[in-house]
Amino acid sequence: MADLVKKATRESYGEALADLGDKYENLYVLDADLAGATKTGVFKKKFPDRHIDCGIAEANMMGIAAGLATTGKVPFASSFAMFAAGRAFEIVRNSIGYPHLNVKIGATHAGISVGEDGASHQCNEDIALMRTIPGMTVINPADDVEARAAVEAAILHDGPVYIRFGRLAVPIFHDKETYKFEIGKGEQLVDGTDVTVIATGLMVYEAIKAAEALKAEGISTRVINIHTIKPIDRELVIKAAKETGLIVTAEEHSVIGGLGSAVSDVVTEACPVKVVKIGVQDVFGHSGPAADLLKEFGLCSENIVATVKKALAEK
Amino acid sequence: MDELLKKQLQITACKVRMGIIEGVYNAKSGHPGGSLSIADTLTYLYFNKMHVYPENPKLPDRDRFVLSKGHTAPALYSVLAHRGFFPVDELKTLRHIGARLQGHPDMKHIPGVDMSTGSLGQGISAACGMALSAKLSGENYKVYAILGDGEIEEGQVWEAAMFAAHNKLDNLLAIVDNNGLQIDGKISDVCSPYPIDEKFKAFGWHVITMDAHDFDSIEKAFNEAETVVNQPCVIIQKSTKGKGVSFMENQVSWHGTAPNAEQYAQAMSELKAQLAELEG
Repeated sequence: MADLVKKATRESYGEALADLGDKYENLYVLDADLAGATKTGVFKKKFPDRHIDCGIAEANMMGIAAGLATTGKVPFASSFAMFAAGRAFEIVRNSIGYPHLNVKIGATHAGISVGEDGASHQCNEDIALMRTIPGMTVINPADDVEARAAVEAAILHDGPVYIRFGRLAVPIFHDKETYKFEIGKGEQLVDGTDVTVIATGLMVYEAIKAAEALKAEGISTRVINIHTIKPIDRELVIKAAKETGLIVTAEEHSVIGGLGSAVSDVVTEACPVKVVKIGVQDVFGHSGPAADLLKEFGLCSENIVATVKKALAEK
Repeated sequence: MDELLKKQLQITACKVRMGIIEGVYNAKSGHPGGSLSIADTLTYLYFNKMHVYPENPKLPDRDRFVLSKGHTAPALYSVLAHRGFFPVDELKTLRHIGARLQGHPDMKHIPGVDMSTGSLGQGISAACGMALSAKLSGENYKVYAILGDGEIEEGQVWEAAMFAAHNKLDNLLAIVDNNGLQIDGKISDVCSPYPIDEKFKAFGWHVITMDAHDFDSIEKAFNEAETVVNQPCVIIQKSTKGKGVSFMENQVSWHGTAPNAEQYAQAMSELKAQLAELEG
């Protein structure tokens, strides 16, 4: 495959906010002393009066966002996934989710690809936490194009949205001229008949690479990108279960409560087929370069290929 | 304070207290003690201070109120009902299945409720967000929030306190209901938040104290609060938990217990006698 330009989706987040600031005058951005890292600094520079730094106080930041939303403003509360979804969970649940306020949560540095900062900052639990909140939309973009589109879709969506962004630069494989993003609609990237790989976030491109490698070995692999984990595209998942009879999910998140669980929830009810989950296997991460960690934890195309072959052999 | 106005407010506050007892009794659960301790302040706010519109509760230029100590919802519901946001008779549906009046304030369904609260320490942050919003857009509404003295043991309160002072939210007025009791006992015994005044001063707030059951003191405190600029203001109100019902006063056991039929009858008879005396 040709080398693609790479970009971290956290950069896309900050740039999208800055790009959309003129179009949406109600857009406000909040940070908890991490504007440099969440990349909202570019918005702050362009719209200093619409950026609010709450200091190192994520719980209060979520409450401030809730209060702003009650008055019709559209706040993006930004922090690392660990603090946005983890530390502030109960405030998100009770002050944003329960009253269904129009707050957007921009959570960067999600997953193990945080790298050197280590386990304390590698949030592999945020999707699980956020998708338990009634009415919360959960989005995990795969690349720059999708991340930018997700930000605007979140602005246009009435209700709370959690968007997950990464620190690591990832290949931009979507065509920004033609790509259409719709909350709740998955995207079939490769057709196939033997097995379906359903992936999210940075694992989507790994799944595309894996499908190519499997094709060379005569295995027809369908690849689906699920950017919206909640509400999940049930129709597309059920169709894949029916037509390929085997699903492998791939996510940079714990195998407990994330995409794999969401897909299993649909499949077990509507069309029971085997679902094999690739993700972080109920362990904490550790420090190291992101690329090495992804390989070590099996979050790579090679492991998708191996997992698919093993699952097909057992089919 | 004008004597006629004072008498009217006292009469209304007594009716608000009757509504609290009515609600908690019919719910067979709820929090009467801390509801009764804020009845006079809420009456003053809704009948003499805040710009609210019972016919059109969500008008953007209204003043906002956040009950950060959300468990005392019976007091908020009673004052809202008496102010005309919904029928007083609806107070009897408190905590019932199918009722709008949830155990803790629910902004999605109850007219006049500006923020859903109940988990302590969170309401004050939302109130700060509302006040900040007015500053950002150049609007003139004010935001009022009542916190419990036990509630301020929550760390989030002090995150919010720091934020409000940093952002010079002089359109925010917080009231700490200092009745001295929390579920497990006296606040000074459980995990003392004292000195409350010095803490808020250290966080950059203007601090006022008042007697929560004396409308002259209440008016004086609110008038002083209006003169404060460039910093948020907190009124620490010295109150009596269970105020107005003799056997509930200063009893920690009435924090979260509903009266039985006999206790209900006695409470209502005491409040009716107070009302008759005020109206006499």
